[in-house]
Amino acid sequence: MNITQILFWFLSVVAIFSALMVITSKNPVYSVLWLIVTFFSISGHYILLNAQFLAIVNIIVYAGAIMVLFLFVIMLMNLNNETEPQKHRWLKMAGAVAGGCLLLVMVAALKDTDIKNQQAMVNEGTIGLIKNLGKELFTTYVVPFEISSILFLSAMVGAVVIGKKE
Amino acid sequence: MPINYYIFLSIALFSIGIVGVLTRRNAIIIFMCVELMLNAVNLMLVAFSKMHYKAALLAGDVNGTAGTDGQLFVFFIMVVAAAEVTVGLAIIVMMYRNIHSVDVNFLNRLKH
Repeated sequence: MNITQILFWFLSVVAIFSALMVITSKNPVYSVLWLIVTFFSISGHYILLNAQFLAIVNIIVYAGAIMVLFLFVIMLMNLNNETEPQKHRWLKMAGAVAGGCLLLVMVAALKDTDIKNQQAMVNEGTIGLIKNLGKELFTTYVVPFEISSILFLSAMVGAVVIGKKE
Repeated sequence: MPINYYIFLSIALFSIGIVGVLTRRNAIIIFMCVELMLNAVNLMLVAFSKMHYKAALLAGDVNGTAGTDGQLFVFFIMVVAAAEVTVGLAIIVMMYRNIHSVDVNFLNRLKH
């Protein structure tokens, strides 16, 4: 078992444990903090796969911007344990069983596919570096890139229109 | 690293997101679980991109860029997720201002 495998298993265990803590924490602030831990471990997976650009963007955009926005909204609303609405125990159990069934079906369907002998290249490979991705983004994908700027503009206008007091 | 491990890890994270959406009543937590599901898909896309790249290398394409598309899809998913979060959180804040709660059970009538 070399260092790559040890890191893979460590990051996987951290990701799944913190994802479980996100959905089981009573306090919404703790949920946000555990979700940040999940995003960091997923970024660790990206670094392991040598997708360095996506690892940095994941930390900056998700763990940095989006989760701070969540934390800000939760603290603005002053949510905590006492105000947290809880579903009935049976409904929670039904939800867990439904999710478990999805997990079972997808694992059973995908465990014997043709690609099971394929390997994902870890630690090497240059396609995840910013040089290659930037070249591709500004040649083949330049139209979607510009359209996404319009999407951002409309999202900004939409957020302001929804959020302002009437 | 076998691609199967990444498939199972992504399925596990996605299912945890599904369970979170089904079992919680706080709108913000539900929204966070949707983000978790998006990230599970992102991880899967990156793993498949590196798998594709390795297959192209073994086929003799030495300085090829096979698999770049997968990573750019992840980039665009992140862009759309950021736009989605701004609008979604604005809607949740407006809902909190009107009914003083983020409980989704109060929203099952699409009115008042």
